Amino acid sequence: MKKKVRRIRVNLDKCNGCRACEMACSAFHATPRYSSVNPSRSRIRVVTDILNDEYVPIRATDYTKAQCDGRRVYTINGKDYSECSFCGSICPARDLFKDPDSGLPLKCDMCESDPPQDEPLCVQACSLDALTYEEVEEEIEEEIKRSEVELGLQSLVDRYGLVEIRDIVTRMAHRD
Amino acid sequence: MRYAETGYTLEVDLTRGNVERVETDPKETELLLGGQGIAAKILFDRIPQGMDPLSPENLLIFSTGLLHGTPVPACNRTVVNTISPQTGLMAHSLMGGFFGPELKHAGYDRIVITGKAPDLVYLWIHNDKVEIRDATHLRGKGARETAKLIEEELNNQYIQVAAIGLAGENRVFTASIEHGFSSAARGPGPVMGDKRLKAIAIRGTKDVYVAKPEELFKMCIDLRKKMAESKDVGDWMASDEDDSFHHNHFAWGNARTRQKTYWSAELQQRWTDWKYDHMDRQAGCYNCPKQCINVISWPGYERFGYKCYGKDTYHMAAFKELDYSYEILGTALEYGVDSYSTPQAAAFAVELYEAGILTDEDLPDFPSDSGERIRYLLEKIVRREGIGDYLADGVYRAARRIGKGAEKYDHNTTKKFEQLPIKLGKLNPPYFLMIATGEKMAITQIEGSFPQDPLPTMKEREEFVEKWRVVIPDEKFAKYFLEWEKRHDISDEASCNITDWNEAMHYLDDSIGFCGFCSSFRGQFGGGVVYHINNMPEIVSLATGMDFDKDKLWKTFQRIRNLVRAVNVKRGMRRKDERPPEDHWAVRDEESEQRLLDIYYGFKGWTRDGIPTKETLDSLDLGFVSEDFLKSGILTGDETIASPEAPAEKDEEQKSGGR
Ligand code: SF4
Ligand code: SF4
Ligand code: SF4
Repeated sequence: MKKKVRRIRVNLDKCNGCRACEMACSAFHATPRYSSVNPSRSRIRVVTDILNDEYVPIRATDYTKAQCDGRRVYTINGKDYSECSFCGSICPARDLFKDPDSGLPLKCDMCESDPPQDEPLCVQACSLDALTYEEVEEEIEEEIKRSEVELGLQSLVDRYGLVEIRDIVTRMAHRD
Repeated sequence: MRYAETGYTLEVDLTRGNVERVETDPKETELLLGGQGIAAKILFDRIPQGMDPLSPENLLIFSTGLLHGTPVPACNRTVVNTISPQTGLMAHSLMGGFFGPELKHAGYDRIVITGKAPDLVYLWIHNDKVEIRDATHLRGKGARETAKLIEEELNNQYIQVAAIGLAGENRVFTASIEHGFSSAARGPGPVMGDKRLKAIAIRGTKDVYVAKPEELFKMCIDLRKKMAESKDVGDWMASDEDDSFHHNHFAWGNARTRQKTYWSAELQQRWTDWKYDHMDRQAGCYNCPKQCINVISWPGYERFGYKCYGKDTYHMAAFKELDYSYEILGTALEYGVDSYSTPQAAAFAVELYEAGILTDEDLPDFPSDSGERIRYLLEKIVRREGIGDYLADGVYRAARRIGKGAEKYDHNTTKKFEQLPIKLGKLNPPYFLMIATGEKMAITQIEGSFPQDPLPTMKEREEFVEKWRVVIPDEKFAKYFLEWEKRHDISDEASCNITDWNEAMHYLDDSIGFCGFCSSFRGQFGGGVVYHINNMPEIVSLATGMDFDKDKLWKTFQRIRNLVRAVNVKRGMRRKDERPPEDHWAVRDEESEQRLLDIYYGFKGWTRDGIPTKETLDSLDLGFVSEDFLKSGILTGDETIASPEAPAEKDEEQKSGGR
């Protein structure tokens, strides 16, 4: 089927490493909205290594239980990039895209809100056009969207097992 | 709930190895904002009278600005304060980058470090977990190399590090603290080294709250947009390749030689090619859309970044070209030395050698090439080796230690601190006041809101003022500017008010955390800064929930200004220390300069000796200062404010400033 796809393009050459995108993402997802800032809660992070001139904004894609085997290093224009520098997976190999308090995954939701935003917040904050927003019609397979709650639960299930989580939820339900 | 600030100070005692998280009083924030304002109070309260800056009792304070960590853009300047061993006075030091915001996210508004570690250590702050860790394996390592090694050791890519290099470890007075491609110079480097603190690494993952979320965020989106589009903020030198200004107007070598026709189109092309053939990127600081830092990888050297005039100082000290600076900057930044004063100290030694005051005995195997010489001296300075041990104390002290007439060659310091190498004809009165009375030591940290020069035609002036109206505190500044024809010809009243406004914006920036390139330093060029006295109150109010208006914020500046002066008065600074370099202007008139100084002291509510009177202090809620001054005899309570008409007080014996 044809569907409108919302995309954020990343131009590494234009990034100045300011991390305004992180600031804005975390503020947007704060409750109440914009009431606090905390880049470590952001769903976009700028992987930075100044001596290597590496500035890579990556957005959290999906939660995964297991880390991949990929530890390849790519050299681009004399700069070394690990495979992880480009990867948005919320994986156990690194302390990224996990809520600093709960450890639950933080996935980019394209700032979906009601009413919708003109542009995702990270794009609005990026004045240098390292991040740009576009909407395109594309032939895609319908994907099943998982909510943030479901993702969080999934990660807890992975950590503690389904039975334990089910029991706790049941217990909690009965307590009220 | 505390908004914008965390409400906590991290107290670190390196002697006892003790770390404490101490809650602070929100009333203090309302009075002094944060950053340098509160740091000045801590120094005033806790530095014992007559303390040697290189003693464990000295404090080294890393402060966040009040609005660090909020959505407010270009608010990231970390302030580092201490008592400087070079000047004996309060050191004023700032760095851009990411350190302050990270500290705030770790849950602290500032770190106050006292004592001295038994051996080299570094501080690792991970939210509530704070460790003093061994750093003996980092001894002698470069500043950025240290950051990298700590990152690997802690296995954490997201830390922010501030470190000293070899120069700081060796307590070189011109040593800087380095963070990314930003440096904090003018005093704290040697104190950090003296405390045997190699580095501070921070990782913070806590929320920073703001009082009025929606309004503030919306305002910040607009401000950011304005900043990104405006040529009136940020460092224009990052992309303007015509640098005739510094090369034709500033003095080369030991702040001595003008080359008025140095710049040429051919030279500009060559330098532009050097730069763009080797520039990887223009980087910026936390939450700022500007790109002031040129990141260069020069073949055979570590990648480095520089800002502004920082690229000129080495080759201008050595009478070389830009490629010379590019070759030396990476190394100098790893050593961690201030690129303003260090090349001057080296060029001073070259002059002494040529004058026969320093000889081959002092400078064994001294090369003949001017560039090799500066490099040779840099290596000696950072190691405090031979003559380097003298030069490492800065030009003023080195001159006195070398003796044999070397004092005459120290011609460009004020308050024992190297000034920018500017030598002009006729005196510009506000500049006289700023250089004489400023306590941030470098003119770039004092000037900035009022233009340096008048515009030639009334039409140009009117156009400028039109745009400028938004940022000026009062209509009188428009009048001053419109009526201003010749640089040296400006009224006393205007000179006082201009100095005050210029200073006000810096004092506010350095307490709130704004970058001067969007605020205090930049208004003089173009007149269209994004932060100014007319919008700062609202921004601070929205973020903190405290009610500030223009008058209250202006009074806050006066309070902080007088508190900083109080710290220095307590350190012994007096009127006779307030002298610009004697050759800063060719045409001087001692009598009218001293008269202007009297007028300015009076305008500020200070005595003839430059000390705030009891009334002045009390009217600014600085009763604790006047009490202290009365007790220690600095004030008697009967003082009147200075005025050119008042009979000169008996020439009491004046104590010299600093140690
Ligand atoms: S699109 Fe929205 S949720 Fe995704 S990274 Fe950007 S700001 Fe965050
Ligand atoms: S806001 Fe843009 S320029 Fe800044 S770090 Fe993010 S992607 Fe890079
Ligand atoms: S204006 Fe330049 S120096 Fe200032 S914060 Fe922005 S990038 Fe840094």
